[in-house]
Amino acid sequence: MLEYLWIVPLLPLLGSAINGLLGAKWSNKIVNWVALGSTGLSFACALEAVREFIESGQALFRKEFFTWIAAGNFRAGFDLQIDQLTVVMVLVVTGVGWLIHIYSTGYMAHEGGYYRFFSYLNLFMFFMLILVLAANYVLLFVGWEGVGLASYLLIGFYFLRKSASDAGKKAFIVNRIGDFGFMLGMFLLFRTFHTLDFTKLFEAASNPAWSPEGWGQFGTFTIACLLLFMGACGKSAQLPLYVWLPDAMEGPTPVSALIHAATMVTAGVYVVARSHVLFTHSETALVVVAIVGCATAFFAATIGLVQTDIKKVLAYSTVSQLGYMFLACGVGAFSAGIFHLMTHAFFKALLFLAAGSVIHAMSGEQDLRRMGGLSKKIKYTYATMLIATLAIAGIPPLAGFFSKDAILLSAFQIPGGHPLYVLGLLTALLTSFYMFRLIFLTFHGKQRYDEHKVHVHESPWSMLGPLVALAVLSVIGGWVAAPALWGGPDYFANFLTPVFGSHEGAEALSESAAHSLELALAVVAVVSALLGLAIAYWLYLKRPEKADGLARSLAPAYRVLLNKYYVDELYAATIVKPLLWISTNVLWKTADVAAIDGTVNGVAGGITAVGDRTRYTQSGNTRSYAIWVVIGALVVIAVIFLWPGAGKPVLGWVR
Amino acid sequence: MVPTNYYVILSGILFGLGVFAFVFKRNIITIFMSIELMLNAVNLAFVAFSQAWGKLDGQVFVLFVIVVAAAEAAVGLGIIILIARNRQTLNVERVDLMKL
Repeated sequence: MLEYLWIVPLLPLLGSAINGLLGAKWSNKIVNWVALGSTGLSFACALEAVREFIESGQALFRKEFFTWIAAGNFRAGFDLQIDQLTVVMVLVVTGVGWLIHIYSTGYMAHEGGYYRFFSYLNLFMFFMLILVLAANYVLLFVGWEGVGLASYLLIGFYFLRKSASDAGKKAFIVNRIGDFGFMLGMFLLFRTFHTLDFTKLFEAASNPAWSPEGWGQFGTFTIACLLLFMGACGKSAQLPLYVWLPDAMEGPTPVSALIHAATMVTAGVYVVARSHVLFTHSETALVVVAIVGCATAFFAATIGLVQTDIKKVLAYSTVSQLGYMFLACGVGAFSAGIFHLMTHAFFKALLFLAAGSVIHAMSGEQDLRRMGGLSKKIKYTYATMLIATLAIAGIPPLAGFFSKDAILLSAFQIPGGHPLYVLGLLTALLTSFYMFRLIFLTFHGKQRYDEHKVHVHESPWSMLGPLVALAVLSVIGGWVAAPALWGGPDYFANFLTPVFGSHEGAEALSESAAHSLELALAVVAVVSALLGLAIAYWLYLKRPEKADGLARSLAPAYRVLLNKYYVDELYAATIVKPLLWISTNVLWKTADVAAIDGTVNGVAGGITAVGDRTRYTQSGNTRSYAIWVVIGALVVIAVIFLWPGAGKPVLGWVR
Repeated sequence: MVPTNYYVILSGILFGLGVFAFVFKRNIITIFMSIELMLNAVNLAFVAFSQAWGKLDGQVFVLFVIVVAAAEAAVGLGIIILIARNRQTLNVERVDLMKL
């Protein structure tokens, strides 16, 4: 299988093409077979490839399938590679992706455009697999743009709704800003190292003989890394480019789970981890990554506190958790970041799918204020969502506890990392609070919907199955990395060592000191998570009237949070409006209508006018033509005789 | 011997008359004759220069022109006869079916 690695991404593409071209007239059942078959087979192929890779014991498998672009000394090939980092990503993408495909067959069963949905979803899988399997930046960029396209198509899936098509456009445009930086970063890397192939590029970059020429104190690495990070910020919804992700919730819920929680938005983290050789050369870039990640984590968590739409809460939670991953990368703990990426893929996909199940049960209601008391009616959904919430809140021994703990520990250990740690811990508390707020408002307390209008019903097993599978993963997913302290062998970090080396911060302290520190930090983290739980319990279950009272007494702060710090309004005022003004008045009315159209129409009009005058010479009367001939001949003779200078060359030429 | 100038001037006058008749006459046979006049004016110039330079090229040209003129006369007169039959007139300004 390893030799035929291209099959893994190709299968979903095939499924997408078949469903997209032929699926319109098929019943849902055949569409299901094609979509689930292609992704399931792709998952199986990926598993087999990973098994062969691990058995072969090599650190990196790469194969060049064909040359895609060759120009001068530039070569971009369809080269795929597998290393330990790719193993994690490929399994998460195909595995979680497959589960979400199964879920979608239940969730989308009564929606129009069923084949279209699965065609797009498979297309997304194809591009995402290209992204994680690519062995050079150019091919990675193909996947990078492709998932952006699939994301656009799926956010705007209900394209008849204006808010959905607007959200799709917003996601695409905001991502373009990041992609611009990403491309500049690639250009700079190519200009410096004359290759964009991962292996060669990282080899050249780690070569101590190489010295960056003349970029001042910044250095090529810093600029290239910051540009790549700009792309990562766009794709992974970090400050200041996060604004598209909450709006992306306009898409169907499985899309939010697959693209905007588990896989695509983590592509930025993947790129930073993949480029870790470059990032570790630049202290500045790492600090920027850490600060942006930490700030985003905290910022998004505060917005998540007051949102009332169940999916919006989860969207801001995703932004916040992605911030955690970048924080981990920024403090040099790449394997912790990837670990959190993996566990987050499990529990956040589960949260979204469970939220979808709730929305399904409530016949489309998404407002937390009109739910409540659902725990008895949809037991399975409640149980799985509770597990995911415990996991994201960092309650041991679930997955989120280990990954979040690893990140906070790494942040604590780097020099000057204490502010990052404190902010991260505070975010953990906020996370726990808003997640339990969501649980309590949805499943507990008084019933706040009209029972006669809404017929609450549990979802079919096609939806519950993936929920249960993901819940199991959320519980046990963390144990693969259980650090030595907890009696675990820390498989995960060891597994990724061939990729990231052992330059991670955790090695700094002696073993016993490290253990006691780890234990202390873990206790602090758990206490803060429980504190968040307790506050949520008190505010939303014990004394529900207190929550409103608190909102009233802190009205200004509450309003700011409810309006998401007015960031959208700020962007609209400072960027969108001026751009619109320039586009309308300068580019459209002046440059296009007046200058370009004016020139074209003016030339056409002038020629018409000349033609109108001169067409009378074409009288059709032979004798009038003869007169023209005579006049012409007379003019030639006159020139020859009266202007000897002009006549000479003509006569000479004739002769 | 008559100087070449005289021949050329005579040729010019004949050619001018031909052009004048071609442009201003309406009778198609007159126009046809004016074309012959122009051709022969040119023939005269050719012969005169051939004499002056002592070369035969001009005379060869004249023979060609006479042949072409004969062929043209045959075709042209055929066309004129057809026009006269169909249109019952020899006035060129009445031959305007192609004009809308």
